[in-house]
Amino acid sequence: MPAVALPATAEWLAALAGEPLPGRRQEDWRFTDLAALQAVAPQFWGGSDPLAHVVLPAGVTRLAGAEVPTLRDQTLQATGSAAAWTVRLNQGASPHGLALRVSGAAGPLQLQLDAGDGPGLLALQLLLVLEEGASLELLLHHSSRGANATSLVTLAQLARGARLNLGVLAAGDARASLLSHLAISQAPASELKLTTAVGGWGLSRLEPRVCQIEGAAQTRLRALQLVDGQELADTHSQVSFGGPEGELDQLHKVVADGAGRSVFNGAVRVPRQAQQTNAAQLSRSLLLSERARVDTKPELEIVADDVKCAHGATVSRLQQNELFYLQSRGIGADQASKLLLRGYCEEVLRELPAGAAACHPLQLLLPERP
Amino acid sequence: MIRPDAPLLLEIRDLHARVEDQPILKGVNLTLRAGEIHAVMGRNGSGKSTLSKVLAGHPAYTVTAGSVTYRGADLLELDPEQRARIGLFLGFQYPVEIPGVSNLEFLRVATNARRAERGEDELDTFAFEDLVRERLKVVQMDPAFLERSVNEGFSGGEKKRNEILQMALLEPLVAILDETDSGLDIDALRIVADGVSQLAGPDNATLLITHYQRLLDLITPDYVHVMAAGRILRTGGKELALELERTGYDWVDQELANLEATGEREPVEVA
Repeated sequence: MPAVALPATAEWLAALAGEPLPGRRQEDWRFTDLAALQAVAPQFWGGSDPLAHVVLPAGVTRLAGAEVPTLRDQTLQATGSAAAWTVRLNQGASPHGLALRVSGAAGPLQLQLDAGDGPGLLALQLLLVLEEGASLELLLHHSSRGANATSLVTLAQLARGARLNLGVLAAGDARASLLSHLAISQAPASELKLTTAVGGWGLSRLEPRVCQIEGAAQTRLRALQLVDGQELADTHSQVSFGGPEGELDQLHKVVADGAGRSVFNGAVRVPRQAQQTNAAQLSRSLLLSERARVDTKPELEIVADDVKCAHGATVSRLQQNELFYLQSRGIGADQASKLLLRGYCEEVLRELPAGAAACHPLQLLLPERP
Repeated sequence: MIRPDAPLLLEIRDLHARVEDQPILKGVNLTLRAGEIHAVMGRNGSGKSTLSKVLAGHPAYTVTAGSVTYRGADLLELDPEQRARIGLFLGFQYPVEIPGVSNLEFLRVATNARRAERGEDELDTFAFEDLVRERLKVVQMDPAFLERSVNEGFSGGEKKRNEILQMALLEPLVAILDETDSGLDIDALRIVADGVSQLAGPDNATLLITHYQRLLDLITPDYVHVMAAGRILRTGGKELALELERTGYDWVDQELANLEATGEREPVEVA
């Protein structure tokens, strides 16, 4: 169903963000049609705050309200996120907030961020401060069943030696939009694992921005995005190294079917002070339809000279040799394709935090292909 | 075991095939009866692997002439999956790695496809686990391999053992093993050969495609065929393989030249 833009929505969103909607002339939004977002009614989402009654595990406490603006601004500044349109929109929409401090090895936490079938814009903001040596496994589970938009800004600071395993599982609706900006700063010896799995949204835009403030940290990014019908999924990731000996391992996978459109832009910034950075980025796209479209672009800015930075991108159909192998064992072509597709997705889904398994991510993201 | 009255399983007649525009098979004739073990030998590029892939139905190969009859039916009419379900098995020279697809699930789906064709009930997860654990013994495989993705990160020997495990589960009537011995150390070779021997019986036939005598030291073939330039040049007993080991393939070139000169196409029986 093609989205019909409501004239008032663009103005309303622009007023919230304090700047007009991004357009095709901006490099970062060149391929990203905001029609689905403009089809949302110009009003705030009316349901109850999904962050209001979260039960926190041991090791996780709420931050005092007075601390929040300073910590938030610190993270936004470290990652260069303050000017991002998605962040400005979120700030302007007076988001529901949850601000947490994590000490020691905290128990796993899962947040259900369900926009349901209610209309309007649901704005949420999450702030995480992981103290030295702290660890947390957090799953953000987005869903929607209607013409609404979810705007989430996640801010995280990882102190020395902290470990964050953050998963985003987002199964949406063809009428719904998801705008998710993740700004994460990492101190040396910290470890970030961010796994995102997104499918079924009319429009999704993920903006993970990671800054290894002084380098010497580890960042592992795993992403899967699926588009079908008229859906559009866009990921603009950015990892920057502020010092030497940082590590990045990034895999971005796409499944594009129907007349869906997938956009991936992976920026890696290695300035002169980031010697001995070791970064690898791989983008793999599976095209299942003649009408689907994939745009993928690595964007490496490497100034330091003593670094290892690998990148690669493949766009392909299902592998014929894999299909034939399964068929030669008696598995029909249809079932073989399904098995291969599931396997392709599982490579990312199995990296979500352990709690995600109970949500059956594969069934959520590939509902018509059991 | 040669029994002239044993049921005919596979009959290949004057088979010609090409890949893209390149003719590879140029008139292969071969008959497999129940209980027989055949070895096809030959240099690289002689068409051995192409023959195995054509029989299994690989889409990259086109049959341009000839026929293949499997238990009285036209094999070439069938999709690859249908060929497997009725009992044709190809052990791959290079088994394919499939990340994300669990080996156990793959084996179960394949086994059930074959069982359904035979009119047997599908096995649920638990019943299948019992079966697969029993069949693992055929190739002395660690059950941990069941939990991994299909062939992903397996060593060469582990991949070949996984092929023989699939054969043990699918219980084919005609098993074609394409260079199953390549890339194996001597212990792995022994395990794989032992597995194949255990599975060879009076009701099925085995076609071993190999370069080397060393596999045939462990599995005694009833017939040895020498392939060259897309056809079977000579057929003999196990002693033909020993002769090849001694004399190499140089005589093949001479014989091919003679063939070209005389237009002779039929294989030559020796011994």
